[in-house]
Amino acid sequence: MSALPTSENFKANAHAALGDAQLQKALGHVRVNFIERRASAAAGLPEFEALRDSARDIKNHTLAHLDLYLEAYEKNVTASGGRVHFARDAKEACALIVDICKAEGARNVTKGKSMVSEEIGLNAAIEAAGMAAVETDLGEYIIQLRGEAPSHIIAPAVHLNKEQVEADFRRVHTALPEGRNLDAPESLLAEARGILREKFLDADVGVTGANFLVAETGTSIIVTNEGNGDLTQTLPRAHIVIASIEKIVPTLEDASQILRVLARSATGQDMSVYTTLSTGPRRASDPDGPRAYHVVLLDNGRSAMLGTEFEDMLRCIRCGACMNHCPVYHAVGGHAYGWVYPGPMGAVLTPSLIGVDKGGHLPNASTFCGRCESVCPVRIPLPKMMRHWREREFERHLSPASVRYGIGVWAFFAKRPALYRLAAGIAMGALGLLGSARGRFRKLPLAGGWTDHRDMPAPQGRTFQSQWKAKGGRTR
Amino acid sequence: MTSARDDVLSNIRRSLGVTGHEAPRIAAVDERLARAAPGVVPARGQLDPAARLALFRAQAEAVQASLAVAASAKDVPAEIARYLRDNNLPATLRMGADPRLAAMDWGATTLAVTRGPSAGDDLNAVSHAFAGAAETGTLVLVSGTDNPTTLNFLPDNHIVVLRAADIDGDYESVWTRLRATFGKGLMPRAVNMITGPSRSGDIEQKLLLGAHGPRRLHIVIVGD
Repeated sequence: MSALPTSENFKANAHAALGDAQLQKALGHVRVNFIERRASAAAGLPEFEALRDSARDIKNHTLAHLDLYLEAYEKNVTASGGRVHFARDAKEACALIVDICKAEGARNVTKGKSMVSEEIGLNAAIEAAGMAAVETDLGEYIIQLRGEAPSHIIAPAVHLNKEQVEADFRRVHTALPEGRNLDAPESLLAEARGILREKFLDADVGVTGANFLVAETGTSIIVTNEGNGDLTQTLPRAHIVIASIEKIVPTLEDASQILRVLARSATGQDMSVYTTLSTGPRRASDPDGPRAYHVVLLDNGRSAMLGTEFEDMLRCIRCGACMNHCPVYHAVGGHAYGWVYPGPMGAVLTPSLIGVDKGGHLPNASTFCGRCESVCPVRIPLPKMMRHWREREFERHLSPASVRYGIGVWAFFAKRPALYRLAAGIAMGALGLLGSARGRFRKLPLAGGWTDHRDMPAPQGRTFQSQWKAKGGRTR
Repeated sequence: MTSARDDVLSNIRRSLGVTGHEAPRIAAVDERLARAAPGVVPARGQLDPAARLALFRAQAEAVQASLAVAASAKDVPAEIARYLRDNNLPATLRMGADPRLAAMDWGATTLAVTRGPSAGDDLNAVSHAFAGAAETGTLVLVSGTDNPTTLNFLPDNHIVVLRAADIDGDYESVWTRLRATFGKGLMPRAVNMITGPSRSGDIEQKLLLGAHGPRRLHIVIVGD
C-alpha cells in the first residue's frame, strides 16, 4: 500500500502551486533561511569539503559491498537481542510492521519522522489494521492533522503559515478552551507538546526511521532536534525501525564522517540536538527502554538501482539541501512533485521507485542550473541523472508527441550541417526582420509555452554560427 | 518460495555482478569493520585540555545550553541547587543510580531527591555524562540503571554532570572510549549524543526551544 503518486500531473500541480498565495508566502522562508544557514555552517568547518569527499567514498564503498555489510549488520543486531526483517516492497514492509504491532497487542503506535514510512504508506496500513498511528515530529503532526503528505523531506510542514496551523489546532484540539491565544508559534508549539506528551506515554509501539545503520555494532542511528524520536522509541514496549537497505555504513567512524556533513547541509546546525544510537532492546539491568527491538529493511526497487547509472542516488542521506537550493522547488514547493520525495533528489529517485511512466515528468522540472549538485553533501551528480531519465523517457516513447516531433525535426537538421546553417540563417533573418520594430515578440506560433508568460526577444538577424565564423572563431 | 531476505540479497548480488563468496570483497569488509579507521577529523578539537574545555563551553553555549564549572565533585549539589533557585524552578531532582552522583552530599542542599527512571512527572533531572565532544559541545550519555534514558527526555529541565577529563576533542575519540568501556562491536542499548536543549523550526522556520524534550539543558563541568 504505497502512497499514491500524482507525479504524472506535475504540470497541473505546478500551475496550481504558482497561483497559491499561502504557499508562495511560506516558500519565502525556504529561499532565505536554509541557504544562509548552510553556507555559514559549511564555511565554519575548514574540513567540510574533505568531509564531503569522505562521505561520498564511504557510501560508494558500502554500496559496492552492500550484501556483505547487510549480513554483518544483521548478525550484530541479532547478537544484541534485536530482530531483522527484510521486505522486498512496500506491501511486505507494512505487513511486517502491522504484524509486529498486532503481536504486541498494540492500540496506539507513535511514529518518529521517517520518509521511508511515507514511501510505504505505513500510517494507512496501521490504521487499516484498527490501530492509531500518531506522527510526533511537530511538522509531521501538523500535516497528519491536515491529511497531507510532507512537502519537504526535513521540514514537512514548510508549505504552511502559522495561521493555517492555528486553524488546524482549533479544529482538532476541541477539548481545549476556545478562547485560548494561539497567535505566536511558541503557543502552537506548547499546545502540541502537551497533546503529544500524552500520546508518547500511551503508546504501545514506537516506529522510527534511521539515518544510519552501523554494520560494526548492529546499531541504528536517528538524528532529530525535537526529541520526539527518542520519546517514540524509549517509552513503548516495542521499537520498530523502518529503514531502507542503503542506510548501512560500516563503522561508527564512518557514521561520524557523514554526521558532520548531514546537519550542516540540512539545517545549517553543526550537529542536530539529538543523535541517538540504539542497539537492541532493553538489557536485563536496564530500568527503561523498549523490551523488543525490530528492524525492517526495505528494498522497494533499490537493489535494482545498483550497477546502473542511478546507483549514485543511493548515496543520498536525505538532508534536503538540493531542494533548499532548487529554483524549481522554490517556485512550486514539494507537493507539486506528486509523491514522497520532492526537489532534485525526488526528481531522480521517484522514477526509479515508481517507474518512469509515472514519475517521468519530474526530471524535466529542472533548469540544470547545477546548484543541487554543488551543495550535495555526498556529491550526487543530480543534473546528470536527470538527463539520464530524460533519455530513458525519450527512448521509451513516453514524452509528448510535440516534443518528440520537435526533437526529430531538430535532429534531421543537426545531422546535415549545411542545411542546418541555411535553415537557421533564413529563420533568424526572417524573425529579425519581423521583430525589428519592437525588438521582441508578444506571440509566436509553436512557442506559446514561452510567450504566454513573457516576450520572446527578437533575434538580431544573424545566427551564432555565422557571427562566430565572421570573427574567425575568436571570442573577442 | 524464497524468503524476502534471500531475494533482496540475491538481487543486490545480481546487480553488483558478484556472488558474495569473493575472497577479496570479504577481506575488504572484514578489514574495514575490524580497523574502524578514522576519516577526516576536524582540527578544531585537537587541543590541550584547558582549550578543549573552552571549546566545549563555547560550542554548548552557542546552542543555548548553559554551563557552570564546579571545582570538584563535592561542589556539584550546591551548583545544581543554585541553578534551580536562580531559574525559579522547584527544588526537586530525579536521578539514577550513578555512583558518582550517589557519592555527592545531596543532604547538604534543600533539594528533594528521588531516584529511578522517569514516568513523565519529573520537572528536573540530573544525569552523569559518559563523555563530551568539544567539536560541537555535544554530551554523550549511555543508558542503564546509572543514568536512565527517560531522564534525558521527559523532564523539562535536564542537568548533566560532565567530568572535564571526559571531554574529548572529537566524536572518534568518543567511539574509542566506548570501545574501551563496552568492548569492540558492543554497545549499551542507547548512546545519546545531546547538543543543546530540544528545539523545532517546523512552524515558519522559527527556531523554538522545548519541542518534546527538555526546555533547558544545564551542564555542570567537574574540574578534578
